[in-house]
Amino acid sequence: MAVGIIRNPKSKSAMSYIEPHGHMVSRTTDDYEKMALAGCVAICEPAFWAGFDRASAQGFYDYFRQITEYEPKRAARFGLKHYSWLCINPKEAEDLNLADDVLALIPEFINKPNVLGIGEIGLNKNSRNELKILEKHIQLAADYDQLILVHTPHLEDKLKGTRLILDALKNHSKIKPERVIIDHVEEHTIDLVLDAGFWAGLTLYPESKCSPHRAIDMLEQRKAEKIWMNSACDWGVSDPLAVPKTMLEMRKRGWNEHSIQRVALENPVAFMGQSPKFKL
Amino acid sequence: MTLWTPPQAVNLVDLNFMDARFKLIEVAAFLDRIQRAGQDEDFRVLALKKAIAALSQSEPQRAKNVLLSLSDTTTEPIPKATMQGALGAWQ
Repeated sequence: MAVGIIRNPKSKSAMSYIEPHGHMVSRTTDDYEKMALAGCVAICEPAFWAGFDRASAQGFYDYFRQITEYEPKRAARFGLKHYSWLCINPKEAEDLNLADDVLALIPEFINKPNVLGIGEIGLNKNSRNELKILEKHIQLAADYDQLILVHTPHLEDKLKGTRLILDALKNHSKIKPERVIIDHVEEHTIDLVLDAGFWAGLTLYPESKCSPHRAIDMLEQRKAEKIWMNSACDWGVSDPLAVPKTMLEMRKRGWNEHSIQRVALENPVAFMGQSPKFKL
Repeated sequence: MTLWTPPQAVNLVDLNFMDARFKLIEVAAFLDRIQRAGQDEDFRVLALKKAIAALSQSEPQRAKNVLLSLSDTTTEPIPKATMQGALGAWQ
């Protein structure tokens, strides 16, 4: 067996999985190849912060073209489906004028064949302006009947931000919790999210967010119901193979192949399949 | 959708003890290091020491309680974001 390839004993191919949250604009073409070799069948790319603040909405226009036109072609070279989500991320939402200009661009891209919804929206430092822009994104999703992918804040800001985000979503009469996934949950926020009827995402980072073992602990506690796991691989310290590596850890911890496949493939399909554009 | 099947029982101590031991010693060495350097009054270090108390609790909620201990528990949005990053502990 080749290193990095997880094989299903009942099939002749690598066990399939979906990377439901990967920032592939930050990754090399080699990473696409490695993910395909590890069994990845689809990658979903939320719009995010580029590591620096963009100077104008034009920068976002080009970025939206990149994740709706160029990245799908790059992924297709390795037989991978590529889907994307659109928004201005909360780190750049403090500038309300910029945020409004970017929000105005989204309808032009929303009908692109690989766009699944609005994301990753949310909060960063839990400021009033971030909350205003979050509410505008939620309205946009409601107006265009889109799925929503939510980013929750980092570290000490996560608990408060998760609560504010849940309130904003619950306050909108047209938002159905089963059409929203709230990502980057940890032990102190996962119950808040799932008990309110939303989907939850576990993000596997080498230095922060969640380790494979903590993710598996939470999956076991919640019986893997309405949860996906992702690497969120980006320009920082992150691992595009975090999902298949966690699948390997699941096997070590006594998970059977069906349960692993449920988390790695069936759950993402169940959530994103609510968009008619999502097909494997 | 596949129904939930509990994992087969495995020896989790065999699986994870060495990793946990390694990380615990890293924390101890970090606290020694910053004390020798006279930096142990930093608010993040004080928060870390406070959070460590959760490890002695009896309920299997230690990870959650460590995270809660390091979190901002206020409820109102802040007036303006003055930085983009996070520090790891609430001040």
